[in-house]
Amino acid sequence: MDLVAVFPDPPPPEVARTLDLAGYKWHGVGGADDATRHEPANGWSGAVVAADADPDGAWALCRALRKRDAPVSPLLVLVNGSQLADLELRNDLFDDFCLTPFHPAEVEARLKHLFWRGGDGVRPELVEYSGLALNLETYQASIAGRPLDLTYMEYELLKFLAQHPGKVFTREMLLSRVWGYEYYGGARTVDVHIRRLRAKLGEEHANLIQTVRSVGYRFGQSRWGA
Amino acid sequence: MGVLDQQRDYVLRTVEERGVRLIRLWFTDILGNLKSFAISPAELENALEDGMTFDGSSIDGFSRIQESDVLAIPDPNTFEVLPWGDPKATEARVFCDIHHLDGTPFHGDPRGVLRRQLDAARELGYTFYVAPDIEFFYFAPPERGHAPVPLDEGGFFDLTTTDVAGSLRKQTIRTLETMSIPVEYSFHEDAPSQHEIDLRHTDALTMADSIMTFRLVVKEVAAANGVHATFMPKPLEGVQGSGMHVHLSLFEGEENAFYAADDPNNLSLVAKSFMAGLLRHAAEITAITNQTVNSYKRLVPGFEAPVHISWARNNRSGLIRVPIPKRGNPYATRLEYRSADPACNPYLAFAVMLAAGMQGVKEGYELPPEADANLFEMSDADLGKLGIDQLPQSLSDSLKVMERSSLVQDALGDHIFEWFLRNKRSEWRAYKTHVSAFEIDRYLRAL
Repeated sequence: MDLVAVFPDPPPPEVARTLDLAGYKWHGVGGADDATRHEPANGWSGAVVAADADPDGAWALCRALRKRDAPVSPLLVLVNGSQLADLELRNDLFDDFCLTPFHPAEVEARLKHLFWRGGDGVRPELVEYSGLALNLETYQASIAGRPLDLTYMEYELLKFLAQHPGKVFTREMLLSRVWGYEYYGGARTVDVHIRRLRAKLGEEHANLIQTVRSVGYRFGQSRWGA
Repeated sequence: MGVLDQQRDYVLRTVEERGVRLIRLWFTDILGNLKSFAISPAELENALEDGMTFDGSSIDGFSRIQESDVLAIPDPNTFEVLPWGDPKATEARVFCDIHHLDGTPFHGDPRGVLRRQLDAARELGYTFYVAPDIEFFYFAPPERGHAPVPLDEGGFFDLTTTDVAGSLRKQTIRTLETMSIPVEYSFHEDAPSQHEIDLRHTDALTMADSIMTFRLVVKEVAAANGVHATFMPKPLEGVQGSGMHVHLSLFEGEENAFYAADDPNNLSLVAKSFMAGLLRHAAEITAITNQTVNSYKRLVPGFEAPVHISWARNNRSGLIRVPIPKRGNPYATRLEYRSADPACNPYLAFAVMLAAGMQGVKEGYELPPEADANLFEMSDADLGKLGIDQLPQSLSDSLKVMERSSLVQDALGDHIFEWFLRNKRSEWRAYKTHVSAFEIDRYLRAL
């Protein structure tokens, strides 16, 4: 489990204790700037915001965490009985709430459910398309029941394509979305990996990945039937 | 998770899910021999994080005794399940970069040498792509002191039953494809039992790794069928030897930097100066591209191997050919460097080719005129008038030129440069003391 942001810094002792006992790794943040400064490279995996001591600061932080390209989710707010009205018109700023004083088991159960919904739980995710199956949790791929031995980048490329069937991608788009970092291969590396994937899919499935002349590649059938 | 973490995670999960029992850590010594040691899955996580320590002095040309320990750090991008062996005890391999214990790159590591050259080209915005055409022979299992026995007498593109090695080639290609090495063409070559497999272009680092895998796969598949495969440059006298023609291009993003629509040959200035760099420094890099005594028995007139330092569009007697791309495809504009042989160290060979070409680009070398006549039929005097030199005629000659080359010294780094010269000079000395059958036949009775 990755790092959860917790407001305020330091958080109320019962919040800290509950998170520790439930096995979450967390970091206290005092506000929006603080949250940016301490954010791990792969982003916050979620946030718990205790609003009763400093409601204005709490909602400002919620807004900062949600109004960005990759909103932080799940986000649980802790409010006291007199703050219930504050929740109105702020539905986009949190995923769930809990009344203080809270029961530790309730906060733990709500967090567990929120993380499960967000895909960070134990639920294996499957992508399936016309005989191709990708298990996103175990990184394993198979075609017509036969396991595919793929390199990491082959797997990532196939996963990306299979998650967007029917859509045409240029080489540059695939390079930036799938590779997304400095790589010796350059843009033509996409062609190299497509060629390898087709070989590994085998002749009868190679046409799952189609070349769209002078544009790029498409996985599966076009939505327009072309 | 960062990208590196994700790659490690992918490797660890795959090992678990596919029941991999053994992971082979691969790296390459200075002469291009594949080296390997195996670890169990339990050690893999630690190896991916911190590398595995081993005694470098046990590898020829690696470290000196007093600083012998080095680290092999697996490159998780190259992790692959091996398609042979016992299906119940699956094995996998991963290529390694070699580092000092303090984490700095180890200068005896050929993969590191190529990385440095690729980084330098990338600083200037270029990606270096290569595609090799690799020739090799199939023989009956060799016996010491006996001439090699070809498996068949088939000719070029022969599809008769005499092509007994055809099924070997098919099995080989299937194995290569499952190991992420796409094959472009394959065919029976001119000489008896000689075959060629052309690999589809990739970036040079991936290709150097692929060639290491390729040579192993060709030999493994042959051995499993009781046949010996060899990449020796000239195993049979009087027929053509085995070369590794390398198709080279530079890309800038999606654009082929070698292509120019407005040039009569569709060659850009970059292509011309890169080619000029290769030509000017060809003699200096020959010891690396042709590193055995035997290599120079291939580089003789009459067997489609280059002898002269020249270029042409469709003349196979020169060092560099500029193939005419199908339908004028801009992506296919490239240079074909024809002297290298498949017994070279591919990391070092690609590194010095790139260094020579980039020197031409950086300094704006002028491309000499095309030599479209058949150079094999011209006299030395005529060649001299055209300013066309020959490639070094022996390992000794090429070492002498390399020794004076600051370009090669910079590209390889002092460690490899010095060790290579020492090692190869001693190979030459050993050869020089050998009295051959040629000499006995020619001189014993007559003198």
